[in-house]
Amino acid sequence: MYKIVRKEILSDVTKLMDIEAPHVARKARAGQFIIVRIDEHGERIPLTIADYNRDAGLITIIFQEVGKSTKQLGKLEPGDSVASFAGPLGHPTDVENFGAVVCVGGGVGIAPIYPIARELKEAGNTVISIVGARNRDLLFWEDKMKAVSDELIVCTDDGSYGRKTVVTEPLKEILGDAQRKIARVWAIGPAIMMKFVAAATKPFQVPTTVSLNTIMIDGTGMCGGCRVLLDDGARFVCVDGPEFDGHKVDWDNLLSRLQFYREEERIALQEYDHKCRLEGAAAEGGK
Amino acid sequence: MAELTQKERMKIKRHDMPNQDQVVRRGNFEEVALGYTEQTARVEAERCLQCKEPKCIKGCPVGVLIPQFIKALREGDMVKAVEWMKVKNNLPAICGRVCPQEVQCEGNCILAKKGEAVAIGRLERFVGDYELAERTCPLVKAPKTGKRVAVVGTGPAGLTCAVDLGRQGHEVTMFESLHGPGGVLVYGIPEFRLPKGVVHGEISYAVECLGIDIKTDHVIGRSFTLDELLSDYDAVFLGTGAGLPSFMRIQGINLNGVMSANEFLTRVNLMKAYRFPEFDTPVKIGKKVAVVGGGNVAMDSVRCSLRLQALLAKQSGGEPGEAHIVYRRSADEIPARAEEYHHAQEEGVIFDLLTNPVEIIGDEKGCVKALRCVKMQLGEPDASGRRKPVPIPGSEFEMEMDTVIMALGTSPNPLVFVDATGLERTKHGTAVADTETGRTKKQRVWAGGDIVTGAATVISAMGAGKRAAADINSFLKGEAPWA
Ligand SMILES: Cc1cc2nc3c(=O)[nH]c(=O)nc-3n(C[C@H](O)[C@H](O)[C@H](O)COP(=O)(O)OP(=O)(O)OC[C@H]3O[C@@H](n4cnc5c(N)ncnc54)[C@H](O)[C@@H]3O)c2cc1C
Ligand SMILES: Cc1cc2nc3c(=O)[nH]c(=O)nc-3n(C[C@H](O)[C@H](O)[C@H](O)COP(=O)(O)OP(=O)(O)OC[C@H]3O[C@@H](n4cnc5c(N)ncnc54)[C@H](O)[C@@H]3O)c2cc1C
Ligand code: SF4
Ligand code: FES
Repeated sequence: MYKIVRKEILSDVTKLMDIEAPHVARKARAGQFIIVRIDEHGERIPLTIADYNRDAGLITIIFQEVGKSTKQLGKLEPGDSVASFAGPLGHPTDVENFGAVVCVGGGVGIAPIYPIARELKEAGNTVISIVGARNRDLLFWEDKMKAVSDELIVCTDDGSYGRKTVVTEPLKEILGDAQRKIARVWAIGPAIMMKFVAAATKPFQVPTTVSLNTIMIDGTGMCGGCRVLLDDGARFVCVDGPEFDGHKVDWDNLLSRLQFYREEERIALQEYDHKCRLEGAAAEGGK
Repeated sequence: MAELTQKERMKIKRHDMPNQDQVVRRGNFEEVALGYTEQTARVEAERCLQCKEPKCIKGCPVGVLIPQFIKALREGDMVKAVEWMKVKNNLPAICGRVCPQEVQCEGNCILAKKGEAVAIGRLERFVGDYELAERTCPLVKAPKTGKRVAVVGTGPAGLTCAVDLGRQGHEVTMFESLHGPGGVLVYGIPEFRLPKGVVHGEISYAVECLGIDIKTDHVIGRSFTLDELLSDYDAVFLGTGAGLPSFMRIQGINLNGVMSANEFLTRVNLMKAYRFPEFDTPVKIGKKVAVVGGGNVAMDSVRCSLRLQALLAKQSGGEPGEAHIVYRRSADEIPARAEEYHHAQEEGVIFDLLTNPVEIIGDEKGCVKALRCVKMQLGEPDASGRRKPVPIPGSEFEMEMDTVIMALGTSPNPLVFVDATGLERTKHGTAVADTETGRTKKQRVWAGGDIVTGAATVISAMGAGKRAAADINSFLKGEAPWA
């Protein structure tokens, strides 16, 4: 059992938790992830390591409530525990001094892009960050991102905060400015956003690293459920990634594979909501 | 029973295993083989001729004292039978269920030459189940030695090694990357063949008696590396198996509906997807399922498919659909355990033999629509001694399918080799280790089971774990230093 020691509500649907897992914290690095299973009936879900504290043995995760497991996790409070917590998994981000780099974080992808931006900054890069979300309520960590970036651009789809645009627009402007000599781009967010970032950087031939969020089960290379097609064959995201060259990814295949369990995800959420309502009603009745 | 003559013994017919009805069992995940009653077990035991030079023992990879345990069993002395069994085999309830007896002990039994072998596996299971319920043969821990051993992987190799080392008084810590121990016994082999209660019963008993610490969620190569373990422990045993799935190099492998057998079986067995949504992990099964391969993994996958189809049909009405085995050789070469092949046939699996996939065809949404195959014929014997299947030109055809499960063999997971300087590997990815002692090319590191042999059997993994434990023990006592 792994104890939740702190919880922060970043938005209605975005939660942060610090979880006691010294075996993960001792070696955790930016770009890696963990697999959590809430209880004995739970599924194994991958979440990126948003931060870590080796001395205290803590791992910070940030997640968006999009389905049954993330909603259930979001209901837990400090003092509660989760049944399993494995990691750190995947390869850490390759950080060196590249010169000028752009870090793009979309939605909950802001969480995993933060430690990467921080390490890039510490390595001496000029870091330009672009963070975006559908609306203002879904944004978080603007201050933290600002602290590790030389320049921060914030945008929302609906214009409720920052620039009213999608992240690829400011990205194209920056890449178009030859003076800036952008050496590399990192992008983490919904698959569709990463697809468009890769498409945007391709004409400029700027190497672009994306962190793929395929469906996973074990996270250790045992099942192949996470496999992705690159232009030279299939790879397992959990052990070969999660970061890949965005220009090599077969995005349509990835997007279609992410849809495969839609119906089951809907059923799981519906059953869970139903159960929560019943429990809520029972609690009301008991008062 | 009065003492029988050899002739009388040979007249007794081998007893069938009572099985769950073949129609009923298609719709559930409960155990198929129900086990002998005490009466049947004792009469079956009377068939054993108590050979002076028992051939069966030679057929067993760990040399179980077969005539001895059978004699005690037929004399009604169960405690003694368990004791004989446990001299060589700690986990008879598991082996009795999953060993390929027809090519091991029973295949060597003198009676098999003329008629039917003594049902050694079924008797072994009977003795194992007795011990599981009664615990007459406790695991005893020798006084503490103060030596610490890390055992990586909790499959049959690791478990056997850990138990033997625990009994010698060493402090044993096991590391497992998944959330629960058992290896293939829990994530691969389905409930209807090996109930998880049996596996968990054996593991928790060992943990309790010997004080073994099992650290789950610990991925060696990530959470800790081998080199780090060596600085904390006096010896390390690697029993991480061969869990890396292979896919065919054909078109369409990444379509929705194509899975490795490992993914499919892990969802079904470890994550209990057959009880979705009571358990969170789902598994999608089509109306037309093709399982590619002919080994135990393929049989388990196809029989799980049949069951899931039946459960789905019960919930939503309609026909359950069909499940195929697509295998490139003929029935004679099927490597699965004989009993599983028969059970699969009884349950209505369709066997497309001498058939090999050449392409998986998808629809406009990226889902599997059909499997394109070629017919094969058997040519000259290949390196494995089996006749090599060769495609028949012009025989390509398509079968409509919506799920394709690849059960094509596995290799060792490379994660454990991360930061393991000096640990040698073959070109197949297996660890190089001495077959007798389990010693690898790296000081104080032993390995055994599928990580060394590639995908093999439960009993061979247990044998390797046992031999390594003996050598580790000698090493820790200073009797067999590292050369
Ligand atoms: C390496 C890796 C790192 C990740 N890191 C984070 C993280 O730091 N924070 C975070 O919030 N999420 C992260 N994800 C995604 C996260 O694992 C999924 O959101 C989660 O599994 C959803 O589970 P659920 O039961 O709540 O929802 P489900 O019922 O499984 O899904 C609900 C909805 O979410 C979509 N969805 C499901 N899985 C994913 C996925 N992997 N990616 C995108 N959408 C998905 C479904 O299509 C569906 O629309 C990561 C995924 C991977 C592979
Ligand atoms: C579906 C299926 C059916 C089978 N049926 C039969 C049968 O009927 N009869 C038979 O005799 N054999 C059968 N086999 C083969 C048999 O199960 C294996 O040969 C045997 O389990 C090998 O044992 P092992 O201890 O070497 O490895 P495994 O059982 O594979 O256990 C290895 C363990 O190590 C863990 N691990 C891996 N890497 C790491 C790491 N880096 N850090 C920590 N832990 C790690 C794994 O999670 C796993 O739990 C079957 C195999 C499968 C897959
Ligand atoms: S362990 Fe397996 S091979 Fe050996 S006697 Fe038992 S069933 Fe036969
Ligand atoms: S999640 Fe199973 S291999 Fe990657």
